[in-house]
Amino acid sequence: MSHGPSASGGSVAQPIPGHHHDEPYVPVFAPGSAPRAKLDDILTRYPTKQAGLLPALWIVQDERGWVSEHAMKEVGDVLGLTAAYVKGVVTFYTMYHQHPVGKYFIQVCTTSCCNCMGAEDVVKAFLEKTGCGELGLTSADGKYTVIEVECLGACGFATPIMVNDDFIDSVSVEKVPEILKKYA
Amino acid sequence: MGYPHKQHPRETPILSKYFGDPEARTLAGWKARGGYKALPQALATDPVAIQNVVKESGLRGRGGAGFPCGLKWSFMKIGDGKPHYLCCNADESEPGTFKDREIMRWTPHALIEGCAIASHAIGAETCYIYIRGEFTQPIAVMEAALEEARAAGIIGPNACGSGKTINIWVHRGAGAYICGEETALMNSIEGRRGNPRIKPPFPAVAGVFGMPTTVNNVETLTAVPHILNNGAEWYKAMSLNNPKSTGSKLFSVCGNVARPGNYEVPMGFPFKEFLYDLCGGPLPGRKFKAIIPGGSSVPVITIEEAEQVKMDYEGFMEFGTMLGSGGVIIFDDAQSMPKQLARLARFYAHESCAQCTQCREGTAWMTKILERIVAGQGTFEDLDTIFELTENMTGKTICVLSDSCGAPVTSGITRFRGEFEALITGKRSSTVAVG
Repeated sequence: MSHGPSASGGSVAQPIPGHHHDEPYVPVFAPGSAPRAKLDDILTRYPTKQAGLLPALWIVQDERGWVSEHAMKEVGDVLGLTAAYVKGVVTFYTMYHQHPVGKYFIQVCTTSCCNCMGAEDVVKAFLEKTGCGELGLTSADGKYTVIEVECLGACGFATPIMVNDDFIDSVSVEKVPEILKKYA
Repeated sequence: MGYPHKQHPRETPILSKYFGDPEARTLAGWKARGGYKALPQALATDPVAIQNVVKESGLRGRGGAGFPCGLKWSFMKIGDGKPHYLCCNADESEPGTFKDREIMRWTPHALIEGCAIASHAIGAETCYIYIRGEFTQPIAVMEAALEEARAAGIIGPNACGSGKTINIWVHRGAGAYICGEETALMNSIEGRRGNPRIKPPFPAVAGVFGMPTTVNNVETLTAVPHILNNGAEWYKAMSLNNPKSTGSKLFSVCGNVARPGNYEVPMGFPFKEFLYDLCGGPLPGRKFKAIIPGGSSVPVITIEEAEQVKMDYEGFMEFGTMLGSGGVIIFDDAQSMPKQLARLARFYAHESCAQCTQCREGTAWMTKILERIVAGQGTFEDLDTIFELTENMTGKTICVLSDSCGAPVTSGITRFRGEFEALITGKRSSTVAVG
């Protein structure tokens, strides 16, 4: 998580210019909908409704690509939690997007084990080839957002990256164009 | 197998035998490879008897702390009328560690069997496997395997026809290193921010949902069926050095090394032979310089020290470091230690949950000071400040994340002080590429 005197640089995804947070909100968990059925099924696994919060936020992100303030309120209403409480949880976890991100959200591991194997060069290559230019910014065509991420847990396969939900390991600078071709 | 490399003849592949074999992922394939033999028998055995076998085997927690597994299980009071819970810690986020990922990716049923046996042994009907959010493939593989196991009646309301209920669910994390801390993990399952809790109460008294809970690492649980199948004596006999460290251990090897990957060796294996023989030594034209042997939270040692180590809990302690999670991070002579340690400090600053002042402020300041030194703008006073900071960050917080930031940094400065001083005085060592 990010907080306080930030030592983590600018790797938090920024809002896409021109995208408004106050567009009319269509509920994710309307009664009878597939996401609602999925959440109801998940809730049977836990003794409290609150425990469904992380799974519910994942469903929102899968459906909408990010978790808006409206969605936080909706999730709170469904689970009997306040919107403020839900926001407190959303902001704790780095994987929930609080702003829309590019169509392809690229996370590059740069923690020491990958760093000493050249991860910083991989980041540079992605920033350059996607046109993002800066960490956390979305490319002008709305396609890519690139961030640095802390340890992805595949240290022997340096450098691992994630493109949305796809996990790709052993990425070198040379492989970057080929990867971007797949996510065009 | 030293996946992704071929299994080395000097390995002892027990947990890693089928890494790289996609057929081992299916229920049929796993049964054909000897899976699910221990579970039906275990379900017909008294839980305390199973606890005793595991106690006798000497199995210790593989997540980092090394707490005796059977003893931990015995803290759960069977028949107290409360619902009990098992949480499998698959949050594997410790830099340098990637063994649980491979266990789940290749042998999901091995973990399911371990979870089911452990659930029975602690009187739990529900087990949550908490997998870090980034592990999309392990999550998909585990979910598919759980579905198969449920459909086959291996787990569920009448597990293996025993009349006992054992439900196992995957709970996906959402990006927080701290959720690998057991009380933070429980908060995360409950739908809270992943802040660690003050102990006591310990999880066995009041854990997830306030109920008695045991938290075990993936590797620990996966070893359990093997212990039940082959006996405690077999497991103990594998120990090569200290009888307090038994069985085999998966070591994840990464950084500047010829053959990175996962290697499984018996406890007490000589580290020197491990590094040069199994892992293939340094990259061409380079030399090993420093090693963090147990995931990034343990003190860094020099290669000269490492060459004398026997790889077990006590062996690493002898040289002032720890076995930890078994994540071996290797830096060679082309790396700048100040730069790498600054990067590690940044990791802890990013991952601090920010509850405790010492950690929230300490990790951030540690990072700023180290990055200043790396940029050539440090002073000798900065080095003293880091030691002072570390003292205030160690043993004074709710969990040990704060301590974990200080350990590699101060041990690194102690052992590689020359590199820091060269940056401060402007005389960069010619053998060190400072970026």
